[in-house]
Amino acid sequence: MRQFKIIMLSLLALFITLLHAVPFYILITTALKVQGDFSSRWTLPDYFTLENFAIAWEQANLGPAMINSVLITGGAALLLIFFGSMAAYPLARKNTKLNKGVLVFFIAIMVVPPLTALVPLYQFVVDIGMLNTRTIAVLMNAAAFMPLAIFLYSGFIRSTIPKELEEAARIDGASTLGIFFKIVFPLLKPVTASVLIVACVFIWNDYQFAIFFLQDSAVQTLTVTMDSYFTENQHNLGLVAAAAMIAMLPMALMFLVLQRYFIAGLASGAVKG
Amino acid sequence: MAQTKASAKPVAKENSMWWMYLPAVLLVTIFIAYPFFNGVRISFTDWDGFSQTSNFVGLDQYVRMFTDPTTWTVVRNTLFYGIGSTILQNAIGLGYALLLNKSIKMRTVTRTIVYLPVIVSPLIMGYIFYLFFAFQNGALNDGLMFFGFDPVNALGNTTWNPVIIMLVNVYQFVGIAMIIYLAGLQSISKDYYEAANIDGASPWQQFRNITLPLLAPSITINVVLNVIGGLKLFDVIVALTGGGPGNASQSSSTFMYSLYFSRQDAGYAATQGVLIAIIILILSLLALWYFKRKEIEA
Repeated sequence: MRQFKIIMLSLLALFITLLHAVPFYILITTALKVQGDFSSRWTLPDYFTLENFAIAWEQANLGPAMINSVLITGGAALLLIFFGSMAAYPLARKNTKLNKGVLVFFIAIMVVPPLTALVPLYQFVVDIGMLNTRTIAVLMNAAAFMPLAIFLYSGFIRSTIPKELEEAARIDGASTLGIFFKIVFPLLKPVTASVLIVACVFIWNDYQFAIFFLQDSAVQTLTVTMDSYFTENQHNLGLVAAAAMIAMLPMALMFLVLQRYFIAGLASGAVKG
Repeated sequence: MAQTKASAKPVAKENSMWWMYLPAVLLVTIFIAYPFFNGVRISFTDWDGFSQTSNFVGLDQYVRMFTDPTTWTVVRNTLFYGIGSTILQNAIGLGYALLLNKSIKMRTVTRTIVYLPVIVSPLIMGYIFYLFFAFQNGALNDGLMFFGFDPVNALGNTTWNPVIIMLVNVYQFVGIAMIIYLAGLQSISKDYYEAANIDGASPWQQFRNITLPLLAPSITINVVLNVIGGLKLFDVIVALTGGGPGNASQSSSTFMYSLYFSRQDAGYAATQGVLIAIIILILSLLALWYFKRKEIEA
């Protein structure tokens, strides 16, 4: 009886898996069909060609866009780790009135929808001459995810880093920054992994900031490039599907290889928060 | 969160070490807090979005907003995306987590596939579902026609396309809810269930009286995350319907975007921005308050 129940539940899991795989299956069948092939999206073609991938790669500017996405995601991640962990340290350790207020400020920012800030920000970015620069995308994304990073870091420092280590170093005459970077920061690796994984996925996939601030094709990220490629090729969706698969590939590979960390990072972030 | 007791030693001088968070505070202030308040100021003007000058118009934009029928379509859609996604993501995510918490076959594969869409850009996810719902040669119509039904124009249907958009958002992010619930379930001690079994409690009673109360922190996090995420929905709508037909599937985000860039109506866009900020604030505080209270009761 118990065995039967396990089999039924496993079948249910199989059904859920197949159901969730359908959109990816449709994406693949579409990407493999050449222009003019209007056969059902549910069937695979009876020929094999990667023509769509070659054309999409050439037409859609995906290479430079990928480099822009890497640079922006990497830059924002560096700022998040460096300034985020540094900011979290006093907020976790020094319970002064000022620090409590600053922590509330960061939490309040998390609730403020960035899109309300986007309209006035656009003119500001134009005024300081930073429209269509990768720098502005790095700064915007770092600002948007800074509260989350600080939240995760300060929770981790408070709950898992022993104070005694720092006190011992202080008696030995180490400076605050020295203590932070030599003693505390190396111990933050697990939470740094969480911050990286959560923030990188969202920054890599960001469309809303990018569509406001990166309109020039030289600085466009993958999402903005995909947006214009879709508009140009609404009647040749095979190319769009192929381009979408190429654009998804870096993150998908990273996810499949580092899956354990993705899931552990998200779960620990949620439990600690 | 464990509150550590302040050390008993008298502190000579309270040191906030404020310079350590100064860069983060500056960054967030310049790029989020200041523009946000500037947005509130702009909502009282008739600024077109590019001129150097604008006129103070008092509450005109607010009067306009509350008498504009589009506002109500947009608010209704935004609430539908936010609340609908939250309910479904939590119900389905919890269901999946309960299933995958058992020792069944396929656990890892199912978890991977359900989570996979989370790492895909919502814009691209929108295109993938465009392949599914497109009138011509879309997967849905290919399927319907195979079984002899007439094709449907799902994305052009103003009743159904907000539902489709909401479901795509659920499909994409249900993996996050699932993982958070799985972590929550795994932190519940088996002893509770053993004791309940000895007392003869039914599976439903165990779920109701052990699992749910002990999952309360996970529920709070998921609800707040999903409410905020759903209310800010933008990319999927751009990819699937562009907010149309007309304004039928427009959310606050897409409506603001079109007011600002297509209609040079920045003052009004800012007013809509203030409205959505207030809605997000109220709903997330309500959710936080309600579920925190449940946590304490539990």
